[in-house]
Amino acid sequence: MGKPIFRLFAFVVLLFTLLVVWTTRWTVIQAKSLNDNPLNHRTLIAAERVKLGRILADDGTVLARSVPAGGGTWRRVYPTGPKFAQAVGFAFLSTYGYAGLESQYRDQLRGAPTGLSSVFGSFGGSQAVGDDVYTTLDPKAQQVAITDLAGRQGAVVALDPRTGAVLAMYSNPSYDDNHPRTQTFDYALQAQSPPGSTFKIVTATAALDSGRYTTKSTINGNSPVTISGVPLHNDLNQSFGNIDLATALTYSVNTVFAQVAVNLGISTMTDYMKRFGFYAKPPLDYPANEMSSSKPYSFRTGKPLPPGSPDEDIGRIGFGQGGLAVTPLQMAMVVAAVANDGRLMKPHLAAKIVNPDGQTVQTVGPTLYNQVMSGTVAQEINQMMRRVVEEGTGTPAQLGGISVAGKTGTASIGLPNSGLTEPWFVGFAPANDPKVAVAVTVARTQGGFGATVAAPIARDVIRELLAEGR
Amino acid sequence: MSARNRELLGLIPASLLLTAGFAGVFIQHSGALSKLSNVSLTYGAIFLALCVAGHLVIRLTLPHADPYLFPLAAALASVGIVEVYRIDPTAARRQAIWFVIGLVLFGATIIALRDYRKLERYRYTIGAASLVLLILPRLPGIGEQVNGAYLGVHVPGLGVFQPAEFAKIGLVVFLASYLRDTRQVLVMGARRFLGVTIPPLKHFGPMLVIWGLAMMIMILLHDVGSSLMFYGGLVAILYVATGRVSFVVIALIAFALGAWYLGTHIAHIHGRVEAWLHPFNPKLYGQVGGSFQIANSMFAQAAGGLFGQGFGEAIVTIPGYSTPHYLIPAPDTDMIYAVITEELGLFGACALLIAYLLFVGRAFKAALMATDSFSTLLAVGLGSVFALQVFVIVGGVTRVIPLTGVTLPFISYGGSSIVANLVLVAVLLLVSDRARRPPGRPASVGLGTAPEREFPEVRARG
Repeated sequence: MGKPIFRLFAFVVLLFTLLVVWTTRWTVIQAKSLNDNPLNHRTLIAAERVKLGRILADDGTVLARSVPAGGGTWRRVYPTGPKFAQAVGFAFLSTYGYAGLESQYRDQLRGAPTGLSSVFGSFGGSQAVGDDVYTTLDPKAQQVAITDLAGRQGAVVALDPRTGAVLAMYSNPSYDDNHPRTQTFDYALQAQSPPGSTFKIVTATAALDSGRYTTKSTINGNSPVTISGVPLHNDLNQSFGNIDLATALTYSVNTVFAQVAVNLGISTMTDYMKRFGFYAKPPLDYPANEMSSSKPYSFRTGKPLPPGSPDEDIGRIGFGQGGLAVTPLQMAMVVAAVANDGRLMKPHLAAKIVNPDGQTVQTVGPTLYNQVMSGTVAQEINQMMRRVVEEGTGTPAQLGGISVAGKTGTASIGLPNSGLTEPWFVGFAPANDPKVAVAVTVARTQGGFGATVAAPIARDVIRELLAEGR
Repeated sequence: MSARNRELLGLIPASLLLTAGFAGVFIQHSGALSKLSNVSLTYGAIFLALCVAGHLVIRLTLPHADPYLFPLAAALASVGIVEVYRIDPTAARRQAIWFVIGLVLFGATIIALRDYRKLERYRYTIGAASLVLLILPRLPGIGEQVNGAYLGVHVPGLGVFQPAEFAKIGLVVFLASYLRDTRQVLVMGARRFLGVTIPPLKHFGPMLVIWGLAMMIMILLHDVGSSLMFYGGLVAILYVATGRVSFVVIALIAFALGAWYLGTHIAHIHGRVEAWLHPFNPKLYGQVGGSFQIANSMFAQAAGGLFGQGFGEAIVTIPGYSTPHYLIPAPDTDMIYAVITEELGLFGACALLIAYLLFVGRAFKAALMATDSFSTLLAVGLGSVFALQVFVIVGGVTRVIPLTGVTLPFISYGGSSIVANLVLVAVLLLVSDRARRPPGRPASVGLGTAPEREFPEVRARG
């Protein structure tokens, strides 16, 4: 009976080989497609077993932390809720998913596997604790923004122009990120609003830095002028006669900047807009799909125009209308570039990543995004913006003893003659040594002006940040 | 080194495996290293002590028995206790108690059946008792249906008893004994028809009974897995007894026809086949008793990869519930291979399969060395049933075949399983001791000599 037993054993070996082959199929050959199968909730569940690191404000205020949720799992809690919800976002893996910084820094918050933890992971596994993310956000300035916006839709963005650190970023209405179902549109990063006259800073930069104009160049400031075949009026149809570029900015003369933009041409204007970051997703350390780029739209199709499109009404874009739509963050970047001698730093929310042992494993330092203009031109624009606050449209932004450089904007929105406006103020201070750059907008007012609605908010945020010794 | 010393030495790695496994699970559970040194070493020491007790029984009564069977069983059981503990600590405590009961019965079997060939005298009693055991779960009042199949009998105070685990041993004993007598007649009286050897009709009877039995298990118990396991084991004995491949082919065709017919007519079996073919069909996935289990088994294996997540690292429960909600239903019984693959990876799973293959190999080796047909057929039958049980459950979990619930021997949680399989090891040790005993030596050196009684042996001709 020997031979049949050998054959039988050979058959058993064959059967077991099948088992090994099939196990190999699932563990190795088809592992990736199985891991990616939409029915597979394993990766989500696995992530909840990790105690995610905290997210903190620059003064140590905890913005996000993990609490035990039973069964070795953890749940996210956001102590500050709506105050920082737009910036921090949320992480509820098996229900709502990720948003904001929670999404951007999810790998760091989960903790990068180090050599030691991998060894333990394969043997028995130590408890997984992620790294803490320290942000640059300033809770006091954030509170000023909330108080001053007073429930109106709008946004406040404050940057340190020298480093790109985001000091405050608040959008109204916010939501409670403990309950992501209530998540709202993030005005600071997603709005597509006409910047109005605040955009004249970009036009002025293009004019001076291209060498085609100087601050003393005189342009006719009479109203109306014909731009793109349609008459353009100044506010109240006021005519200014021949005035220089600096004066035109001080009094925000639309006809002057329309003519300058037309003279510079679409390609030069597009070039400078790109240098400031227009047409691209903001270089913020934040999920790209949760941010909008700033660009002109076609009135005819309602869709964004490609960069340099001949369909642009470049004259009206030159003073922030003509279908141009921007985010408050973009306008903060514009003034930050001027404030920092033309060097635009990448804005960033994170300051450093600290592991559970207290060691800093990653520092998010100043990174140059673009040299937008020469230092000389930046100083010239700086001077022009100071005059705006000292004697022009921006006087409500004045801070006793500290010189503020700024620019107002009052964008027309809604139907023509509806009287609906979106007031803006962008600026920085101290003008001779800028430490804070801000952009403030209130989404929709009936006839409100940038000077009266937005400038006081900017002034209060700047005052708070400078008072803290920045 | 003597066989017994090799056996003793083999128990040490098995105990170390248990110690290391518990250490891993403790680190994962508590994050503390302090428990590692105390408790897991204690558990390892207790396990080693129990195994040494089993070893002493073998040393005293079966000095010539195969030295690898018992350590292999101990190693598999240690993996089982650690994995069950990791899934459900209370179940593991019961599993440990059952392991002790199993060891007692293991010793009792060895001592009581030192001359196991007397079983032949009771073969019809054993065969009939096995049939009764198989039918028990279907009897009203005591039977219990689990996931559409009738596998268990509820015993008050003891939990669920799975009689099929014991029936498999009884049926093998019966058939080995029956075929020892009739195997020649089956071959000699056979006629060749159209090139196929067909056994004489009067001896076809018992074979038909076996086929009918397999079909009955499917119809009554809705359990293809057990059915395939029994039938396959019995066909293996038939093949070794007669040496005729044609019998095997006829038997397998008969089974396939029956299985196909029942598979399309019994909803429960049909559902398992559908889940096997289309595990990711959203409708099947969402259905109760649908493909959720097999799909998540594959996800678990994919999560394991080459090296696994580590002891205690597999995701077994869905978080956020106060009572355990298992991500893979039945993680400590039917699905334990998937959990092990997730924790130990392809390499761990292969090591496990190799351990099973070695066990089967040792059983077949005992069959080869046996000097009488009954012993040979008994060892072949037990080895085959054991191998098929592993194939049926691991094949089901890995989607080689439709999933049906049988236990993974020595590893799955379940008292009946661990006790029955330890008895199976005892019988194999009895066979191998007799086979390897030098001529003229008494059966036992430790407990006095038992009177040797030889049974008439019919030797195969040709």
